[in-house]
Amino acid sequence: MSDLSKGAAAPRSVSSNKLRCYGSWIATAIALLALPSIFSSAGSLTTFSLIGISIIFSLSYNILLGQTGMLSFGHAVYYGLGGFLAIHGMNLIAGSKLPVPLPLVPLIGGVAGLFFAATLGWVPTRRSGTAFAMISLGVAELVASSSLILRSFFGGEAGISANRTKLMRVFDWNFGPQIQIYYLVAFWTLIAGIAMYALTRTPLGRMCNAVRDNPERVQFVGYDPHVIRFLAFCFAGFFAGIAGALAAINFEIANAAYLGAAQSGVVLFATYIGGVRFFIGPIIGAILVTYLSLALSDLTAVWQLYFGLFFIAVVMFAPGGITGLLMKHRPLVRAGTLVSVLRAYLLALVPTLTIIAGLILAIEIVVRHTVNAGQDPYTKAFGVHFNAASPLIWLLAVALIIGGFVVARRTWQWVGKAWDEGLKAAREKGFHA
Amino acid sequence: MTSPAVELRGVQKSFGNTSVIRDVNLTVVKGERHALIGPNGAGKSTLFNLISGYMIPTVGSILLKDEVVSGLPPYQINRRGLSRSFQVSNVFANMSVWENIRCALLWATGHRYAFWKNIDSLPEVRERTAQILQDIDLVSRRDLPAGLLAYAEQRTLEIGITIAGGADVILLDEPTAGMSRAETERAVALIRRLTESCTLLIVEHDMSVVFGLADRISVLVYGQIIASGTPEEIRGNPQVKEAYLGQEAG
Amino acid sequence: MLNGVLYGMLLFLMASGLTVIFSMLGVLNFAHASFYMLGAFFGFQISRWFGFWPALVLAPLLAGLIGAAIERYGLRHVHKNGHVAELLFTFGLAFAIEEVVEIIWGKSPVDYRVPPLLNFPAFTIFSINYPAFKIFMLLVSVAIFLALLIALKMTRVGLIVQAALTHPQMVGHLGHNVDRIFMMVFGVGTALAAVAGVIAGPALQTQSNMAELLGPILFVVVVVGGLGSLPGAFVASLLIGLVQTFAVSMNGSLASIFGPLGPGNTQPFLADIWNVTIAQIAPIMPYLLMVVILLFRPTGLFGTRES
Repeated sequence: MSDLSKGAAAPRSVSSNKLRCYGSWIATAIALLALPSIFSSAGSLTTFSLIGISIIFSLSYNILLGQTGMLSFGHAVYYGLGGFLAIHGMNLIAGSKLPVPLPLVPLIGGVAGLFFAATLGWVPTRRSGTAFAMISLGVAELVASSSLILRSFFGGEAGISANRTKLMRVFDWNFGPQIQIYYLVAFWTLIAGIAMYALTRTPLGRMCNAVRDNPERVQFVGYDPHVIRFLAFCFAGFFAGIAGALAAINFEIANAAYLGAAQSGVVLFATYIGGVRFFIGPIIGAILVTYLSLALSDLTAVWQLYFGLFFIAVVMFAPGGITGLLMKHRPLVRAGTLVSVLRAYLLALVPTLTIIAGLILAIEIVVRHTVNAGQDPYTKAFGVHFNAASPLIWLLAVALIIGGFVVARRTWQWVGKAWDEGLKAAREKGFHA
Repeated sequence: MTSPAVELRGVQKSFGNTSVIRDVNLTVVKGERHALIGPNGAGKSTLFNLISGYMIPTVGSILLKDEVVSGLPPYQINRRGLSRSFQVSNVFANMSVWENIRCALLWATGHRYAFWKNIDSLPEVRERTAQILQDIDLVSRRDLPAGLLAYAEQRTLEIGITIAGGADVILLDEPTAGMSRAETERAVALIRRLTESCTLLIVEHDMSVVFGLADRISVLVYGQIIASGTPEEIRGNPQVKEAYLGQEAG
Repeated sequence: MLNGVLYGMLLFLMASGLTVIFSMLGVLNFAHASFYMLGAFFGFQISRWFGFWPALVLAPLLAGLIGAAIERYGLRHVHKNGHVAELLFTFGLAFAIEEVVEIIWGKSPVDYRVPPLLNFPAFTIFSINYPAFKIFMLLVSVAIFLALLIALKMTRVGLIVQAALTHPQMVGHLGHNVDRIFMMVFGVGTALAAVAGVIAGPALQTQSNMAELLGPILFVVVVVGGLGSLPGAFVASLLIGLVQTFAVSMNGSLASIFGPLGPGNTQPFLADIWNVTIAQIAPIMPYLLMVVILLFRPTGLFGTRES
């Protein structure tokens, strides 16, 4: 039992917290403005735009998962519906020459997401946990399948397209060039991020956390958990709709893939890998997953498999995600005992990387034999050439895996020991979290 | 005659074929401290679940301040001024002690589902939370996640959450269970102080707590109240001695 | 009608394993349909090398062993991180299995043939041919169903599993080697799904998106029947099997019944709904059924447990 006699270390003052808060948002705004000057290629700007959209989407998803404890397998429905209504909206505005500029179109998506979340969400939010997850999957499949039936609205397999340059100009911008789209996305990412952060600081936001931790007790302090979950669901739908609208603007098309299970899966991956316990978690997850999915697809043919395996590894070994993992080091940092743990990490790094290299090699060899059987066994993965047919390469893979594992086990023990000592020292100084 | 705070009329509760509460009639007068005692399995926690709305009586009705509440969900009953604690600490484990108390009083302070107000800039919420934290003497644990508290501290927080909303009918389910003698005495003093102007219904096994705190005692055995009266009456009641108290030495 | 019952029995083979796993281990195995797919592909591969009949035995065995290993080395480890983590683990697993299947066998359907022994029409009623293989499928499903029933009601392990369906914690307290039972239950559950795959493979298409198509329907079955209820799963499986099969064969639409009363072509959105045939909405009927049930009976038909 830990010794808590010294109590927790003194909390930071309220005003210094506020300064940190405002300061980080201003710094983010400046960074977003400056980014195109550093990376100005059209490819980078597209990547940034996609990352921004993914950030809004993942943050909206975390309102459900991380803040209210609701696991949904069908969040893409509101993303997709937001996208579709945005496209229809753009066509309507351009066709009837309405005085609505493009920057306001994401709001159309947001309202659409809000409307559908409110309509479709009242019944499912009565349940929680596994039942809610399954119902969300059912509803998502229902909507996704309906999209092939209601062809006039969803455009069938081809989807519906629009031309974003046909709307009213804003300060001589017609939003054709990617740089203008980047600024539009960056603007909305900042606004949506601030709004969602502010939501966590409201009475509703706090009660969402309470529902996540103990929905039973919430009832006994006067709150109906169903209403709280429903409101959280509506907000999540609203912001997901904004993200979907921005995606529709960016690609100038909305199709059934926006609504599908794959899209719901991606946002779940991104949010969870980033970490659901902290506000910044989904942001990091979104950046990582979007960037990796674009970059990895060039390096290896089976990048989706690596993604799945990475996700499983995070679920098994780091359920708090990347931010959870980093935040665990907080007491060590505050107590100044981080260095010894870092040293242990360094020692464990090489053997662990060896195991991973061996596994990747084995996977790529198998891929070569099965996907492209009959072709030239000389191939390349992750920039490294190898002959997939040679027995030596098999031996190498096995050796890397087994050898790496043997050495790694010892080094992991050292890491564990360093952690124990570091944490003990931190607790003695009063730092618990 | 002062109005009853809580009244149970002919309440029965069965789960399938098993009858747990058989025809309970109980009146808790406003402002009194009423203890509910009885052997394990008598149905005391079930009775609490029925009164607080967690379960619905199979037969009979429950009244809170002259209003029928049996059949209402727990949050409706809580909003009418009844609050309960749990035998197994039922706190918000991942939130700090401060936030636990704060969540417990948000509804009562009228903030409901507000998503347009910044919670850190609500002075009355802050002050009231600070006051309660001080009352339950957990100021030094303010920022600790509730799941990391020591056992007795968690039980104290449990009481704090129960009274934070300002309910005037408080139900405490074995608040001192598992505490040492010193901790129990501190807890009893705390309970006495915090429920000064409230109606208190308390389930307890520790007889010193019961006889020291209660104005009236009811004894529940096999789902029925076999006796109800002042501590002296109960102590002298032969049926109670046989069923529960045993032959005490004086 | 036969197709409907058959489909329902297949669904039940899978749903029963899923329900038992959920009741005992508390985790809804998102990857359950993936084991169905593995069963089909293993069946295909083994029948290519050794023939259908060995495949019928070996494929489920192999899949069940993999399932048991996953429980032992993966799921058990994740258990301490909570229910959400367990569900996400199985979700990631489903994704990974689909990717692996796609890598090894490709994206197009594979040529998994009905064994020549059974490739003939068994009998003809009202000029509809009933292929022998489908009768075989039905017989196997019923046989397994009966075996399951006997195992649950009459063996010691079966009694424990029954107890765990309603009181999972108590089972551990009673001193049984819960770990080993969990592993066995997970292995048998996944093997059952694999059996469904082995026998369904030649009749339906064997393709790497099998799990994706069947997975959500499986969960609808379990939700409609009531989480944790075996009889509920049975009724729901048959119900959904029959509904969907009947719907596919029905070509009626609102237009065909009410004809000229329709909105015409002026309102394209309404026209879509007016003209859609029941056959077209057959794929979404299970989900519609789920929504209806949830509106009127939130715990499912026979459900007694919340999540």
